[in-house]
Amino acid sequence: MDFGAINPVVLFASLMVASTPILLAAIGELVVEKSGVLNLGVEGMMITGAICGFAIAVETGSPTLGFIAAMAGGAALSLVFGFLTQVLMSNQVATGLALTLFGLGFSALIGQGYVGTKPPATDRLNLGVLSDIPILGRMLFSHDLIVYLSLALVATVWAFLRFTRAGLILRAVGENHDAAHALGYKVVRIRLAAIAFGGACAGLGGAYLSLVRVPQWTEGMTSGAGWIALAIVVFASWRAGRVLLGAYLFGGVAVLQLNLQAAGLAVPVELLSASPYLVTILVLVIMSADRGRAALNAPASLGRVFHAST
Amino acid sequence: MIRLEKRPQPSRAWTVAAPLLAVALTMVAGGLMFALLGKNPVDAIRTIFWDPLFNQQFASYSRPQLLVKAGPLILIAIGLSLGFRAGIWNIGAEGQYIMGALAGAGVALALYPLDTWILFPLMVLAGALGGWAWAMIPALLKTRFRTNEILVSLLLVYVAQQVLASMSLGLMRNPEGGGFPGSRNLQQYPAAANPELFEGTGMHWGVVAAFIAVIAAYVLLNRHMLGFQIRLTGQSPRAARFAGVDTNALVLFCLGTSGALAGLAGLFEVSGPAGQVNIDFNVGYGFTAIIVAFLGRLHPVGILLAGLLMALTYIGGELAQFMLGIPAAAIQAFQGMLLFFLLGVDVLSNYNIRLGRREIA
Repeated sequence: MDFGAINPVVLFASLMVASTPILLAAIGELVVEKSGVLNLGVEGMMITGAICGFAIAVETGSPTLGFIAAMAGGAALSLVFGFLTQVLMSNQVATGLALTLFGLGFSALIGQGYVGTKPPATDRLNLGVLSDIPILGRMLFSHDLIVYLSLALVATVWAFLRFTRAGLILRAVGENHDAAHALGYKVVRIRLAAIAFGGACAGLGGAYLSLVRVPQWTEGMTSGAGWIALAIVVFASWRAGRVLLGAYLFGGVAVLQLNLQAAGLAVPVELLSASPYLVTILVLVIMSADRGRAALNAPASLGRVFHAST
Repeated sequence: MIRLEKRPQPSRAWTVAAPLLAVALTMVAGGLMFALLGKNPVDAIRTIFWDPLFNQQFASYSRPQLLVKAGPLILIAIGLSLGFRAGIWNIGAEGQYIMGALAGAGVALALYPLDTWILFPLMVLAGALGGWAWAMIPALLKTRFRTNEILVSLLLVYVAQQVLASMSLGLMRNPEGGGFPGSRNLQQYPAAANPELFEGTGMHWGVVAAFIAVIAAYVLLNRHMLGFQIRLTGQSPRAARFAGVDTNALVLFCLGTSGALAGLAGLFEVSGPAGQVNIDFNVGYGFTAIIVAFLGRLHPVGILLAGLLMALTYIGGELAQFMLGIPAAAIQAFQGMLLFFLLGVDVLSNYNIRLGRREIA
């Protein structure tokens, strides 16, 4: 056993990288759920984004185009969910599951030719002086654009929901769609926009996984990241700032267990590999045990079918 | 202008017709997908849906496979449908399937080389208990702490996979296996084996259990108070509460039953067709069973038919892979598509479609 090999600075730097896919997917899902839609297809959209981004990045040699394609792929798949749940009024839980099942198969289908391929490298951002700060530079200022984009996205979503009129309307739709409809807001359109945003975020998160974090393509490579993202939204009790906290917490667990595996800790490898899922469950239990809080923050119309009768 | 008008009650005709329409639409869309892959769509669809049953060359092999594949799907889907009807979402059947197999195989391997008839019944019991116990985790967390059972049951699948890996590399590894992962082969352990009951039919104890489950679920849902409470809770949770339905007990029952049935499916698989505990033991029956449950309209008889159809796509998919080089992943996407179409066409059973402008009353 050699814990000396675990360097806290590197650990934090890799924590930021490990958390980014989950953070992106979770912040997207937060907006979706705030509009009153429960999309359980995050895993499917992530893996679709992962392969779309990977394929385009390999074909064009440009990671940027890959990330854009991933967003488009995730959004396109999410709109299938949107069409089914919003226009054809299907059950959101079942449709979300269908999205995940389809996404896993579809991505494996596209990805066949890409197993074992190496994607083009994503450049780290050159932040000049900041990157040269001793310790902090390595920890915080030596990442690629997407890491900072994900942080900016959290801030934007927080500000959008809290301070803007559009954010208020989105929340109104999520709290009471009938009232929002009566006030003349286009419930279905607003929700479709939210769903597409969530899909794009999940797709981007997936592509970050396949292009930067791993970086290669394997079938089913998201291995539950989408579900953890869903759990983080509950953990965060639907608040943007706490999504960041949750994602970094889980990124921390994931990175730490990998480091402990490498250091040869005298605990079965399987237990360490299962730890991110176990921690997620534990946190879910702690959050839901606190009744009042969980109930207060959940959007009141979450998961309910909206049909404009008049 | 197309408008949707909610029906006072779901249309009976469409409830039956919708799955058929969905299958037809999936064939069209799937054909399109196969065409994009550069395969002849008609050939592909025929290879998947027709050849396994009626092609003289393959049918003798693939017909028995139909029951082998349909058995676990039906068994798991019946369990899931009870919960789905009541709005209790167990989507971690894959994990319960693994844990059932591990518990059952564990009993057999611990007692190796015991040779007595009582061993197999003991394994069946252990298998059901294993799946039940794994499902009780989300159930108890839900009743005690109101934790979302969807997320917990699903996350436990990944944990179960780690347990499976640990078992096939460690505790249950075949001591005579030359260091390869995987347990002893239970098919070569007569007291623990779950063999084909009638030569050439594919019928094994798991298939028998599946048929029993179909009948039991039918009786439960149509003739028993508990079945009524399940349906009531699904249709109107509020009304159910006023009617004195104990929601917590229902959660425990639905999750427990579906877990036990998934565990049984795992046990019959590990002692029969699969033969041994190994890392790649689970092949996604627990997830496909979700599609089966919906395709069968959460109705026992429907699930029976849907399970057979899904089994057909598995076998046909393998055949198409072999004959036409259609990748296995395409079949998975195809199954996912089927669920999309099913959920989509369901609008027809719940809503009337009206054309033209609305009259002003």
